[in-house]
Amino acid sequence: MVDDELVGVRFSLTNVVKVRSGSPSNHFRTPSYIQDKTGVIIAHRGNFLNPESLAHGGDGLPRQPLYTVEFIQSEVWPEYLGESHDRILVDVYQHWLETV
Amino acid sequence: MSNYHNSEIPNDDHDDLELDGSLGYFADRARAIERLLIDKGICTAQEIQLQIDERESRSPADGAKVVAHAWIDSEFKNLLLKEADVALSQLGYELPDTTPQLAVVENTSDVHYMVVCTLCSCYPRMLLGRPPDWYKSLEYRSRAVVDPRGVMREFGLNLPSTTEVRVVDSTADLRYLVLPRRPAGSENLSEIELARLVTRDSMIGVTEALSPEILSLA
Repeated sequence: MVDDELVGVRFSLTNVVKVRSGSPSNHFRTPSYIQDKTGVIIAHRGNFLNPESLAHGGDGLPRQPLYTVEFIQSEVWPEYLGESHDRILVDVYQHWLETV
Repeated sequence: MSNYHNSEIPNDDHDDLELDGSLGYFADRARAIERLLIDKGICTAQEIQLQIDERESRSPADGAKVVAHAWIDSEFKNLLLKEADVALSQLGYELPDTTPQLAVVENTSDVHYMVVCTLCSCYPRMLLGRPPDWYKSLEYRSRAVVDPRGVMREFGLNLPSTTEVRVVDSTADLRYLVLPRRPAGSENLSEIELARLVTRDSMIGVTEALSPEILSLA
């Protein structure tokens, strides 16, 4: 798809990424608790219309690659009560991710 | 009642049915949008009703049927985990081509998945119907990510420390269904009996499937 090529899939499996921080005044779907956290790409789920544009009457283009990013719980929550091998998986659009 | 004088949009904390018998602000708004969609020719009243009927017809029994089939057919299970929509069409569930898409994650003795949507209440309605109220509650949505083992204990599930807990926060265009572990002692059960062991909560991942003894199926 042409709109896919415009963005380009930047990351692949096992890449280490950091989630950008920020609270745009418009709609966005990147939870604050993983912002500034580092995780690993475990899946590329496809390329989807950008919800930040769709929510405000836009066409959602260009599509954004969507990845499942895996984080270590004890790194996300320093006070985490569970086990050190526990993980949290969050789907994040590419424009929220940067290489480490 | 909420203060309508100060704000056009009331808080969502009132009962669905107002004292005067109307359905309330949000129902009125939904009706107005529906009217506009029809008037502008974007869709017909019949198409809207068909969608509502389709959604209302789904319940955890649908998810249970899929899980039970995955337990007895490993080829189907592998396909379900890889390409859920293709696998589901084999059972007669045609998911729309549009988003949200469905992903299925498998619980084993080593890894236990539990699903939440911290941003709202995203839920695999196409296989489970409407989410329970607790799933939408702020308490579940905040505690599921911070203390999943504690939440599961409150649902009666005490996982061993050796099991890796994986919380899935469905924030975007995918909905997640958990494929629970097939319970011990269920080897001789039929597919229909197996489906009775699969609860809604086990497909969210806050519990495991029922033991056959509970249903006197053992």
